[in-house]
This record gives sequence, C-alpha cells and structure tokens, in this order.
Amino acid sequence: MVERTPFLNFFTHVILFAGFVFCIAPFVIVTIAASHNLKDVNDVPMSLLPGNDFWVNIKTAWVTANLGPKLLNSFIMATGVAAGKVIISALTAFSIVYFRYPGRTFIFWLIFVTLMLPLEVRIVPTYAVVANVLEPFQTIMDLTGLSWLVEKVSGVHVALNLGMLNSYPGLILPLIATATGTFLYRQFFLTVPDELTEAARMDGAGPLRFFIDILLPLSRNNMAALGTIMFLWAWNQYLWPLLITTDQSHATAVTELKQLIPNVGGAPEWHIAMAGTLIIMLPPLVVVVLMQRWFVRGLIATEK
Amino acid sequence: MEKRVTFSRWTIGILFAVPQLLLIFTFFYWPAGQAVYWSLTLQQPWGGGNIWVGLDNFRSILSNADYWNSISASLIFAGISTGLAMFIALVLAALTDRQLAGSRFYRVVLIWPYGIAAPALALAFRFILAPEAGFMAVVNQVWPGFWDPGLDGADAMASIIVAFSWKYVGYNFIFFLAAFQAIPRSLIEAAAMDGSGVIRRFWDIQFPLITPTIFFLLVINITESFQDSFGIVDIMTSGGPANATNLMVYKIYSDGFKGLDYSGAAAQSIILMLLIIVLTIFQFRFIERRVHYR
Repeated sequence: MVERTPFLNFFTHVILFAGFVFCIAPFVIVTIAASHNLKDVNDVPMSLLPGNDFWVNIKTAWVTANLGPKLLNSFIMATGVAAGKVIISALTAFSIVYFRYPGRTFIFWLIFVTLMLPLEVRIVPTYAVVANVLEPFQTIMDLTGLSWLVEKVSGVHVALNLGMLNSYPGLILPLIATATGTFLYRQFFLTVPDELTEAARMDGAGPLRFFIDILLPLSRNNMAALGTIMFLWAWNQYLWPLLITTDQSHATAVTELKQLIPNVGGAPEWHIAMAGTLIIMLPPLVVVVLMQRWFVRGLIATEK
Repeated sequence: MEKRVTFSRWTIGILFAVPQLLLIFTFFYWPAGQAVYWSLTLQQPWGGGNIWVGLDNFRSILSNADYWNSISASLIFAGISTGLAMFIALVLAALTDRQLAGSRFYRVVLIWPYGIAAPALALAFRFILAPEAGFMAVVNQVWPGFWDPGLDGADAMASIIVAFSWKYVGYNFIFFLAAFQAIPRSLIEAAAMDGSGVIRRFWDIQFPLITPTIFFLLVINITESFQDSFGIVDIMTSGGPANATNLMVYKIYSDGFKGLDYSGAAAQSIILMLLIIVLTIFQFRFIERRVHYR
C-alpha cells in the first residue's frame, strides 16, 4: 500500500501461486488422466504429458455411462429447480412484504424454519412422501373424518394416490421446498422505495399489476443471481436423485459417477473414469466461469 | 423492517404465498413430522402397521457403539476439514486482498472448486489418492504400505477430508474476500499512516472486522460437512474401511435404505436435526452478539 515490503510481497506471490496450483491441480490431473490409455494411466508415476486417447476415452465414457440422456436429465432438473425457485420465492416474498394479513408473521416463521433443516437429514420420510405425494392430505382427511363424510355422501372411497418416484416433479419439487430465495427477494423488496408503490397505486395499479410491471423488472439482478446459484446447486445434487430414480430413464449425470468407479476385480480403467468425471464436472464449471459475477453475488446474498 | 405502503386486499396477498406454503407443507413439515412419529414407533419396512415404542429407538441407537463411532467420525471430519478449509481460504483471501499484481486472476480462479459436484471431485480425488495408480502410489513405492485408504481407516478419513476441504476452500474464499473488501480502505490507510505494518494491520484491523464472517462460515462449514459429505463418502470409501468413515448422514442412508430400518434411521435423523438446530441457534444467539459489527 504505502510502504515497500519486497520480502512480504514475494511471499504473497509464492503462497497465492501455491493456492492456485492446489485449486487447479485436480482439474489438470483429471484432464491428463483422461487422455492416457489403460497402461499409461496406471503407470507409477503417471506421465504428466497428455496422451493421445482423449477423444476415444471421452467417447467410451459417454457410451458406457450413457451420458447423453443423463446430462439432459440433469439439465432439466437444474433448470426446473432454478426456475421454480426464482418464481415461487418472488411470489412468497411479495406476499410477506407488501400485504398485511392475519398470521403473516406466523407464515414468515414457517418459511424461515425451513432454512434450518436440509433435505439430507429428513431424507427417509421425504422419500415416503414422494412415493405418494397426496398421502399427507389423505391422512388429514382420514383423521378429520372428511373422507368418511365424502364416502357417506357420494359413495366414493377416498384414496388419494400420486406417486412421483422416477419423475421430474419428484426430482424437482422437494428441492424447491426451502426458503433460500425468499429472503433474498425480501431483502431486496424492502429496499424498493415506498414512493414507487404509492405512485403505482395512484395510477390505479392493483397488486398484480405492480408486481408484474414494476417489481419483477426491478429484481432482474436478483433473479440472475438466484437462478445461477440454484442451477449449480441442483446440478450438483447427489443423494436425492440417487434415491428417487430407481429407474435409469430419470437418473442424473452426477448419480452416474458411481457406475464409473473401476471395479475391484476388473481392469483399473481410470482413464475412462476420469473422462466421465471431466464431462460431468464441465457444465457447472462453465456456468461458474461465465456467470462468475452472478454466482458470487448470489452466493453472498442467499446465505446472509 | 416493515413497509409503510401496502396493498389492502389481503386475500390476494395470501394467494401469493400459497404455492410456497403447499410445497413446504408437503415436502418439509410433513416429512419432518413423520420422522418424529417414526422415531417413536417400530415401522415395518414394507408397510403394514407399526407399534408404538416410545423412546426405545433412541435408547437402542444411543447404546449402539456403531452410532457413537459414527458421531465421533463426523465430529473429527467436521473439525479437521472446517479448520483446514477456513484457514487456507483465510490466508489466500487476505493475500489476494493486498491487491498486488495478478490478484484479479486469483480472484477468479480460486473459487472454481466450489462449482464442482462433491461426488465428481470425490471420484477425481479417489484416483489422485489411489494407492496403486495415481500419485500416492509414488509414495507407496518408496515406503511400501504407507498409504492405503482401502485398508487403513485413518488414510480413508484423510482422503475424504482432503476432498471436502478442497471444495470448501473455494466457498470460504468467496466470503472472506467479500468481507475483506467491505472494510473501508480509509481505515487501513489511516493505520498505515500511523506507521503500522501489513501484519499489524491485519491483526488489529482486518481480523477483528471480519469476525462475523468467520463465525458465520464456521457454522455453515460444520453443517455442510454433515450434509455435503454424503457424495464424497459414497464415492470414495462407502463408509469403510471398518466404518471408519461412516459419517452420520451416510449411516442414516445405509440404515434406512439398505438396512430398511426406518425407525432407527428416523431416530438418527431427529438427533442430527437437533444438532443442526442447536448449531443454528447458537449462531444467532451467542455469536452474533459477541462479534464486532460495522
């Protein structure tokens, strides 16, 4: 800054460079390993000069793990979660900030509490709910005697059943059911000047009009940030897709990684495994690199 | 904070909140309630009734040596990986914030690891740390049998710690750097004018001012080490060898879905939920009051 610190500056450069190597090394090693053949990849030490089989390995990994449809599934899931979050959080935050109704504080806390418990810790019962999404409502109707009433009156036995295992809604909806984005919007809406709302009301705009024509265009930055974060987060989900996609047709790319681990008894096909890893880690990396600004901004805003 | 100007037709207002409320009721509150109910009953794996057993599930879990082993493994994992990831990130962020030549470049690259899915980086590290191929094989050639995560529990634990820390260095770096950059430049300049050196300025000005971020990251890293570790454990060690890396979430998964012990898994979920709630409340209650605020 103001003083000359050649010694400290030298150290700063050395340590930062070491940090850079530490961050980049796994990417480099994966890429190089993906370019070797079976013999070279198992050499000790493995040669750090790239081999010639990069595209062959990529192709083999693509075919063995059937990555085409899996990447498409990942993409659908990540886009669905990002879009769902962006829309539903905006609606909820609008309701909490711009209206006064009985129980508003209660609703606020109901939503806030969901921040505390991640999906991973309530995974078993959530799985049971997704197996029949209407089960909560069925149970409530049974307990309140409502289904008995319906059966008496209309003669229809109430048995609500809607399974969501192995489906896109089953993949997406439970991941949307947290409060992450709601508070991001809430903070932002609170900074929107009241004069804007007054002016809109003066001009005869109702809540819906105000929301669509004024509030949403103003929150474009928030949407980009939240969308980026949620896309990455959903793409990188592992446990949830692993559980609910028992059928290969809805499996995502990340869950497919397990198929790529070389078997204990078989040939140590690390070159194929690394080629697959490279394909699967590339899309989120591209998003981070291209959307860096939104990524950093969204991360800091959603967590704080 | 409240809005002064609001809309009067509050029925419409409630309608806006309905989609979110339906979602969190179905996929959050119901399952959470279900977990409590299951943990107090003995659940048949294929449906068909359950028996009320009170706190028996908790008793049998808490008297199980495997469970305590899983708790201690989780705590060791959380402690070491949080410490590592935060310390490395703090050093890198503090140095990047000195804004020497090239700092813009580091600002971009050092956050990349956080974008990678935990299972993907786990597979990469499984290869890098493999005892027979990869890079630890070189060490094994010099000292045969020095490194084998497949047989030695400590080695397996070290592997998952390295993989997890690698990802979270990127995460912590983002927050630390943002915190450093939020410190007004004039403060640091004033201190420099008064003759304090770079290191003195760090300890007396920058470090106290970023304590809120440190505590925030401490809690986030610990809770993430409970959740995000699942993919890493599943790909790298599958909880082995001899349960050395059988972390809590992994144990819930394997007991619940592989062992079909829903009640036991639910009881474990409840204990983990309580642990995370306590951590979160701890963060809100005690830490926020004690640290320095701008």
